[in-house]
Amino acid sequence: MKVNLKINDLPVAVESGSTILEAAEQLDIRIPTLCHFKMDCFHVEHKCGSCRVCVVEVKGRPNLAPACCTPVMEGMEVKTNTLRVINARRTILDLLLSDHPKDCLICPKNLNCQLQALAQEMGLHHLLYKGEQSTYNKDLSSAAIARDLDKCIMCRRCETACNTIQTVGVLSAVGRGFQTVVAPAGLHPLVETECVFCGQCVQACPVGALSEMDYKYDVWRALNDPSKTVVVQTAPAVRVAIGEAFGLEPGSISTGKLVTALRMLGFDKVFDTDFAADLTIMEETTELIERVKSGKNLPILTSCCPGWVKFLEHQFPKLIYMPSTAKSPQQMMGAVLKSYYAEKIGVKPENLIVVSVMPCLSKKYEAKREEFSHDGVPDVDIVISTRELADMIREAGIVFQDLDEQDYDSPLGESTGAAVIFGASGGVLEAALRTAADWIAGKDLENIEFTAVRGLDGIKEAEVEVAGLKLKAAVCSGLGNARKLLEKIERGEADYQAIEIMACPGGCLNGGGQPYHHGDMTILKKRLDALYREDTGKPIRKSHKNPSIQKIYEEFLGEPGSHLAHHLLHTTYVNRKQ
Amino acid sequence: MTKIQTPAELKELAATLKNAPRPPVKLLVSMGTCGIAAGTADVLKAIREEVAERRLENAIEIVEVGCMGLCYAEPVLMLVDRESGKRLIYGDVTPQQVPAILNAGTAGAAPGTRTLERSWYYPECEAPAPGELQARIVLKNTGCINPEKIEEYLMNDGYAALAKVLTTMSPEEVVKLISDSGLRGRGGGGFPTGRKWSLAAAQPPGEKFIICNADEGDPGAFMDRAVLEGDPHSVLEAMAIGGYAIGAQTGVIYIRAEYPLAVKRLEIAIKQAEEYGFLGKNIFGSGFDFNIEIKFGAGAFVCGEETALIHSIEGKRGEPTVKPPFPAVSGLWGRPTIVNNVETYACIAAIVRNGAEWFRSIGTPGSPGTKVFALAGKISKVGLAEVPMGTTLRKIIYEIGDGIKNGRQFKAVQTGGPSGGCITAKNLDLPIDYEALKAIGSMMGSGGMIVMDEDDCMVNIAKFFLEFTLDESCGKCTPCRVGNRRMYELLEEITSGRGTMDTINKLKMLSATIKDTALCGLGQTAPNPVLSTMSNFEDEYLAHVQESRCPAGACTKLIHYEVTDRCVGCGLCLQRCPVNCITGERRERHLIDQNRCIKCGVCFMACKFHAIEKR
Repeated sequence: MKVNLKINDLPVAVESGSTILEAAEQLDIRIPTLCHFKMDCFHVEHKCGSCRVCVVEVKGRPNLAPACCTPVMEGMEVKTNTLRVINARRTILDLLLSDHPKDCLICPKNLNCQLQALAQEMGLHHLLYKGEQSTYNKDLSSAAIARDLDKCIMCRRCETACNTIQTVGVLSAVGRGFQTVVAPAGLHPLVETECVFCGQCVQACPVGALSEMDYKYDVWRALNDPSKTVVVQTAPAVRVAIGEAFGLEPGSISTGKLVTALRMLGFDKVFDTDFAADLTIMEETTELIERVKSGKNLPILTSCCPGWVKFLEHQFPKLIYMPSTAKSPQQMMGAVLKSYYAEKIGVKPENLIVVSVMPCLSKKYEAKREEFSHDGVPDVDIVISTRELADMIREAGIVFQDLDEQDYDSPLGESTGAAVIFGASGGVLEAALRTAADWIAGKDLENIEFTAVRGLDGIKEAEVEVAGLKLKAAVCSGLGNARKLLEKIERGEADYQAIEIMACPGGCLNGGGQPYHHGDMTILKKRLDALYREDTGKPIRKSHKNPSIQKIYEEFLGEPGSHLAHHLLHTTYVNRKQ
Repeated sequence: MTKIQTPAELKELAATLKNAPRPPVKLLVSMGTCGIAAGTADVLKAIREEVAERRLENAIEIVEVGCMGLCYAEPVLMLVDRESGKRLIYGDVTPQQVPAILNAGTAGAAPGTRTLERSWYYPECEAPAPGELQARIVLKNTGCINPEKIEEYLMNDGYAALAKVLTTMSPEEVVKLISDSGLRGRGGGGFPTGRKWSLAAAQPPGEKFIICNADEGDPGAFMDRAVLEGDPHSVLEAMAIGGYAIGAQTGVIYIRAEYPLAVKRLEIAIKQAEEYGFLGKNIFGSGFDFNIEIKFGAGAFVCGEETALIHSIEGKRGEPTVKPPFPAVSGLWGRPTIVNNVETYACIAAIVRNGAEWFRSIGTPGSPGTKVFALAGKISKVGLAEVPMGTTLRKIIYEIGDGIKNGRQFKAVQTGGPSGGCITAKNLDLPIDYEALKAIGSMMGSGGMIVMDEDDCMVNIAKFFLEFTLDESCGKCTPCRVGNRRMYELLEEITSGRGTMDTINKLKMLSATIKDTALCGLGQTAPNPVLSTMSNFEDEYLAHVQESRCPAGACTKLIHYEVTDRCVGCGLCLQRCPVNCITGERRERHLIDQNRCIKCGVCFMACKFHAIEKR
């Protein structure tokens, strides 16, 4: 049913149940917002109405109405720019800034801050109100997420990300009055909580209260240490997002420029996590086929995503036998580099520094898991996010957008289309199915696209029949969706054989370490398209056809699932239930 | 215990109970929280011992009652001669006085005791007797019956209203009755109760809830506690009536955990009501089921706001959400829910018994019925008073409250707690109801009245109320979380002598924005004490910022003490000064070192020659 109203004297008809903000959008009237956050492709709208920046005048209502959460009514008359509204809006912003540090120049969100943008948009050049400012200790306890609560503006977006989307439930409002802040219960440091470091809170935070732990300087130091050989690996989702940091159109594929930039930064070798993704498929698919054939320990769950793995360890410890024991691509690459490759080039593992560029913040935590170190030497030494790499490229004076395109180093830089789609939700499963189908059928199949598992939907299902073997698979992204699926499994109501789970909604392309999307979902869709374009453009699109993969099994690992492969490429999980 | 299944059985039981033989004298002992805090428990112990020793069990019936409203004189006892109806009220009773009081009986005051002249608290009727200042609807039984004995409630028409509703009225008729009565929510906003009920009743059938808001938290308001401690069944009965009217089968009492006695008495009352069948399945054979559970609040004032209250019951953080949707449409667990406060419920049974017409005959056309006020602050007789709406403040303060303490001058009275405003002498003769209070910049609120005298600085008072709101804000929206903090800081600038005209301007602007933009009632009304003191006592604000002077002499940073030439050099002030900042030889005029003086006022009070002046 349509509802008719007027905004600034302009008539508009919108669906009943719409908000004033949505009606204004139809008229191209911009109402500033701050706490409001909409991720429509994941069906999430955060509209707690807490910041009050979006207040508007509604005829007949005694006080101002927050446009983001006030439903429209027939005959409503709304004014968005009266003096009363402008005064209120400015005062609200003034108040927010009166309790916000003014160190914008050195803030991790500088130029990416929506509070800063709002102040500029409103032309606020001097502040009326001064007074006590909140002070808290910075939480730098984890390897992944830095929290600076002095900057928290109580928009509660992170809370929605953590509780509603991810159902991790670590962040909530604590305290009352002026002392209210969003934090783990009891103001505990993040590392002591069930946080999985997915970083969706960081993506959601409009200001510098939440950001990644910054390891750029560690990379600079390693690069300039003559005693170290420094190699880098880049995850699939990085190449379709990093261009955004340099003004390239979202969805631009910057693989070649990325490699060039990394060489210019001084990395000795530039490898591709995609290689390890192909390796993962070899191991995981072997396990999948074994389990399906034996009918034991089904369904098999993917294990590429450290956020999801930690979630399982905390929330569903009874199911820790289910994920594939295969390490994530990042850790497989680390293990191969510190053994096979180090030996090959004659460098001691401790003198080989492995840097990862990841779309993810949880990878920073994953690299520090004790399972992934040997004799105190971690397989992956330093993890930086897409954003941190962009910062380094800028700092080095490299004009990214103008760079030539170069290729990854061989042999650990060669990859297939199956690997690049690891960056999207559904990609790992599709890659595994491509290989599984060939192996079961015993021939090189032509039809390799499993489109049912593609896209940004939270839960996707597919039934595949290969050479008489029926496979029911599910893909889910976003931990809230994962919880639903796992609860179904616990109740014995699911009959899947394979499930892919990614912590971040949409998969790694929407990782916590990617350039900020600020709720613009078209960016995510463009990144998604780019990943599948990259896949289609690859000459080889099945992991087991990657010649470098075939070579590493011949030369070093033996066959998938071999003893050495198990030693290097597989891991175990821990019950973290408290 | 046999369950009561018909109204006739209830009537018969009440008659049997009434006609049972009883001792000729009843002795009411005030065992509300206020009485117990003042020492009534010891007095009661002494009474029991004395009665046992002298074998007076058949002569005197001891009745432990809730608050009698005479808080200024607790512990309070009342002797009632059943035959003659003669009463004798004792105040400030000590255990030592008990033998003498029992000796004297109802004949006359015992020597060495304090009797309280006034009997205004006891008209014992639901309608105001002609010429009476008070009516008793809400407090009908409070302070008269033992709240832990359901039989005493039954003797006083208890559950008769529920019986009537369930056996003779349709839910629509009940809603209409309440709408027609004009009853308005007594918790603060004064929203018409009937309208709330009809909105919930109009929702499609299914699970619905009826909630009693017993999260009383206004500073200086304690009438809900008095009702819960003194007459818990009146609330249970009304909730069941409400449940029937809107189609809810579950009632929840949300009560602050700081009211342990009220909780205990509610628990007893619920159990007793269940035993008699007034709660539970098939009440009065009508097929209507209703149960009540108790949920504890953790002491957050904002949980008095209905959406915050509902979130708290759901186990979520107690903070308000934007309305609409209103709880009557989507409330507890997303189901239609009614939230009414204790005093509102306490009116329901009387309305059912006597009709809407009767209720409308009391009070004013816009605000029918009575209102309980809690008198506190600088008033002679601190306590509870229930008066018809439309009574003037002068009558409440001077006739019931006996004027200002220590013969000081009345300055203002704050109604509506931290969300209200102050009312000055010029409005003392205004008949007060919801609209009248709103019109003069205050509000009814829950009915707390804090009386202030000439020693109270109005800037300081505004700061006091704002400080309360600051502590109790949930911190969700910017205007309340940050704005009120800035307001408080601006007020502090003024009371410490750092304020300028700019400070006052900022206060005005900020108040306007906060009122206009805060999310819930708590934030929207937080500036009220500031705005109303600014408009009524602007001169005091100006004195602070323009002359660095606090006219009431309350802002310590703006006052100083000086020794005048009346000083005889006795040295008493010098001895008493806690920071040794007074010097002077014996028999010579002393001197206060202003740099070290902490303005505690000890010297001022100590001086027997009035030689120290506060300036």
